[in-house]
Amino acid sequence: MQPLSNRAKQVDKKPMTLAERAYLPAIFQGLSITMRHFFMKKPTIRYPEEQRPFSPVFRGLHVLKRDEQGRERCTACGLCAVACPAEAITMVAGERKKGEEGLYREEKYAVSYEINMLRCIFCGLCEEACPKAAVYLQADKMAPPRFERDEFIYGKNRLVEPVSPDNRSKRGIQLTEEQAQQLRAKMDAQLA
Amino acid sequence: MLELPALGWQSIVIFVVFALSLLIATYCTYAERVIAAFLQDRVGPDRAGPYGLLQPLADAVKMFTKEEFFPSGANTALFIFGPCLAMITALMSSAVIPFGNVLEFGSNYFFLQGIEVNIGMLWVFGVVSLGVYGIMIGGWASNNKFSLLGAIRAASQNISYELAMGMSLIAVLMISGTLSLREITLQQSVAGEWHFWNIVKQPLGFIIFLVCAFAETNRTPFDLPECETELVGGYHTEYSSMKLGLYLFSEYVNIFVASAVMSVLYFGGFNFPFQYELRDWLVSNQDWTLAGAQNLITILGTVLLFGKIFGFIFFFMWVRWTLPRFRYDQLMRLGWTILIPLSIFNILLTGGLISFGIIQ
Repeated sequence: MQPLSNRAKQVDKKPMTLAERAYLPAIFQGLSITMRHFFMKKPTIRYPEEQRPFSPVFRGLHVLKRDEQGRERCTACGLCAVACPAEAITMVAGERKKGEEGLYREEKYAVSYEINMLRCIFCGLCEEACPKAAVYLQADKMAPPRFERDEFIYGKNRLVEPVSPDNRSKRGIQLTEEQAQQLRAKMDAQLA
Repeated sequence: MLELPALGWQSIVIFVVFALSLLIATYCTYAERVIAAFLQDRVGPDRAGPYGLLQPLADAVKMFTKEEFFPSGANTALFIFGPCLAMITALMSSAVIPFGNVLEFGSNYFFLQGIEVNIGMLWVFGVVSLGVYGIMIGGWASNNKFSLLGAIRAASQNISYELAMGMSLIAVLMISGTLSLREITLQQSVAGEWHFWNIVKQPLGFIIFLVCAFAETNRTPFDLPECETELVGGYHTEYSSMKLGLYLFSEYVNIFVASAVMSVLYFGGFNFPFQYELRDWLVSNQDWTLAGAQNLITILGTVLLFGKIFGFIFFFMWVRWTLPRFRYDQLMRLGWTILIPLSIFNILLTGGLISFGIIQ
């Protein structure tokens, strides 16, 4: 037979030598191997204190982006729900009323937008399907474990990103420095 | 010259030794897990307290609060008596081990030893071999075939290895001429000579003793009485709660005692090299009193004895995570056809060397 890896070992049943029968040399060999491992660097990551860095292309928990003026980008077109192979996304569309121009970017918006994280396979097809650059899968957050099934259905309260420019998700269209400052000034003015 | 220590002092020493054996056994459970982890490239328990140092406490709380389970058909009295006996015998044997030389205050001498008896070694081996009754009673009273098999294995294994152990000891006795552990220790430090520890005179005997100590304490590679892969849990399959805790605990106390006995018999006990030179240097150059220098040597010796003991305990754990378990027939063959002839040969060899005046 042709040797493939050059690592094949000839096995024979010749009687053991005295050193082999005495066990002790083999035991010392084994002890030295384990002692080497004793001083090796441990690959353990102590989870809550240390965290394994995510890959930049990691697809984690979804976020519904706001635009640079703090308005929701989603227009409830339903393309994400159609693209979703796991049928995890449901939404109810509504018409924007007068005076809500500061809240929603388009005339149509999602009254409710729910993603079932138990169904979601985190493929990212919703992100690709979205024409308004509204839904993104974040690279630095995961859907945490819960005790109850209904807690895995994420509504708009948990999906829409915060207004504050400092807490915006790192994924998707980013605010420029000036936009962030403008938004901050606007929010401060509203508060005052 | 040396007075008998007062009864009060003796009871203090016995209490301290008792507390120390328990403390060391407690932290052996922690050390075992950490050493096992390190040898397997893990980090071990580190959640409870700094570096997980409170882990034994958490384990104890767990053990105490678990359900006390009695199997149906078990002999309740014996079922309770088994772990008690295992623990009692494990703790009793440390009473005669000399943990240090003598402390001198004025005209009072304080021995750092529980009981000084001239049959110290016999005491240790008598009590340790009683320990197997704890296992046997527990395994038999459980009314479970796995427990019974584990108990039978424990009994036959201990009988097989105690023979070789006793005979390797006879060679030490031929050199020392006494059974008192204190005397044996003191003989390993002759002033003005190179301090011969018995390991130099008895290398073969030490190896036999070491192997037998592994078998006597039921440690891997001789942990057949409790091998999980074949017998579920061996003799403690049916045990739960603190009764199981006592069995596991007594194993660690036994390891501590076995390590102490090996340190005393073969590694000079509380002696350390150049102790007399250090004492004379302190007295002549540093204006220490003789008693003060002697006390310092005693304390240093005790600390070093514990260092030796901890070294052996580490070795026990190191071997556990290196070697796989023996098959039962291999275990018996090793005991009866290799170790016992070897220990008889060691006795003959020692006798020959003594009669030709090479060692004494």
